[in-house]
Amino acid sequence: MGFLAKIVFLLVATIAANTAQAQDGMVEIKGGTYIPLYGIDSTTVTITDFSMDVYPVTNAEYLEFVKAYPTWQKSKVKRLFADGNYLVDWEDDLSYGKSLTDDAPITNVSWFAAKNYCECQGKRLPTIDEWEYVAMADEISTDARTKVSYNQKILDWYEAPKSFNKKIGSTFKNYWGVYDLHGLVWEWTIDFNSVLISGESRKDVDKDSNLFCGSAAVGATDLMNYAAFMRYAFRGSMKARYSVKNLGFRCAKDSSKKLKNKP
Amino acid sequence: MTKKITPILLLFAAFAFLSSCHTNKKEATSKVTYQCPMKCEGEVTYDKKGSCPICKMDLQPIKTKTKDNKEISDLSIYNLPSVWTNQDNQEIELKELKGNILVMVMIYTTCQAACPRLVADMRAIEREIPENKKSKVKLVLVSIDPETDTPERLNKFAIENKMDSDQWIFLRGSEADTREFAAVLAVNYKKISPMDFSHSNIISVFNQQGELVHQKEGLGVDLKKAVDKILELVD
Repeated sequence: MGFLAKIVFLLVATIAANTAQAQDGMVEIKGGTYIPLYGIDSTTVTITDFSMDVYPVTNAEYLEFVKAYPTWQKSKVKRLFADGNYLVDWEDDLSYGKSLTDDAPITNVSWFAAKNYCECQGKRLPTIDEWEYVAMADEISTDARTKVSYNQKILDWYEAPKSFNKKIGSTFKNYWGVYDLHGLVWEWTIDFNSVLISGESRKDVDKDSNLFCGSAAVGATDLMNYAAFMRYAFRGSMKARYSVKNLGFRCAKDSSKKLKNKP
Repeated sequence: MTKKITPILLLFAAFAFLSSCHTNKKEATSKVTYQCPMKCEGEVTYDKKGSCPICKMDLQPIKTKTKDNKEISDLSIYNLPSVWTNQDNQEIELKELKGNILVMVMIYTTCQAACPRLVADMRAIEREIPENKKSKVKLVLVSIDPETDTPERLNKFAIENKMDSDQWIFLRGSEADTREFAAVLAVNYKKISPMDFSHSNIISVFNQQGELVHQKEGLGVDLKKAVDKILELVD
């Protein structure tokens, strides 16, 4: 695909984006190119069209899943696929109890569980690049990363306690029609284990105390990098079995409407 | 005619497998049986809830183990359903390796930087295993670049590096299965250019049941611990 065609494609994509309609809880995300924070060998990343869930998966939805697929119930899940914190606050296999609400995002789920949930819906987890691409949009623009107010909002959330128990849809609806990318929970991505913060080899993996290593970003000069760095660092510190209180997920799907001149 | 159909069927089978939701069929069909917690009647079991006719205590469900799961624990990598292709272009499921001690590493054959050293480490480990114990240990190299690392390429790599005895297994799988396998090994990797990946340098040792018993992380780290662990398992 030629360079010119790419530009045309991008223009069309941007115009068409506003007309995207919500379908079975998903919205169409028009592809494009952008430069993500990572990595070090920073180049532009091309995102092809895909769909993304409007909201994170909720407790109620996850309950339906474990009813249909008992291997993912709290007491039955294999330890290879989820650590001891998996659904830790649930009362039992088929009830999440009173402390959690129906339409709050599901958390304390491992990467394996999240991945399997999406596969069972005929979907998949988004890639890091896709997630970041959608998440850099604010209400009115596709890339709000240079806006101070936008970044401040994200950082304020990172400091806010217990946001995981808020209802889905309680934060802003972004340009693409997607809610809650910032403000409720962190989210799993399919390739979370492609983050290599310290280059070729990581250190201190035996100590799991490095769950939040945002302090390493002290040298980062602007807010934009800081917020994104927090996310990448968090991903880099996760293992696929981990089930964490503030980490949920949503699903994505390849676009059904394949563009003919895709690269 | 049949020649034409077979590849299509194979494709279908592969697709059905990949797209399956990994639901545990055994789980769905296995019956729950109940037993008195005091075992008043010895090993007598019931297929309904109720109370023990002797001590009147509530009957407790007992977990029935299906044959397949008997020997592998929850933490075994043999729980992974993925299908791989080896350097001889044969399909292989991880659980076919059950009973062996596995030493595993993830590499890609076009790698210029760290992989040669990881490969050297693997060979050093292999040398430390006594001749009469060698048959119990398999050294497995899993490609993180399945697109480039075809079975032919893996085979060539094995010969070039004198890793072509029965002990050495080279595997490639789908991109998704590779990502999942890396997640299990806690190996992180990322494609950084069309030819290159950056990746964690981890060698993992698994026992005969497929449970992770040791990981060696980093380059130039002493291999003694890994070797000791392997020798301990062989005996």
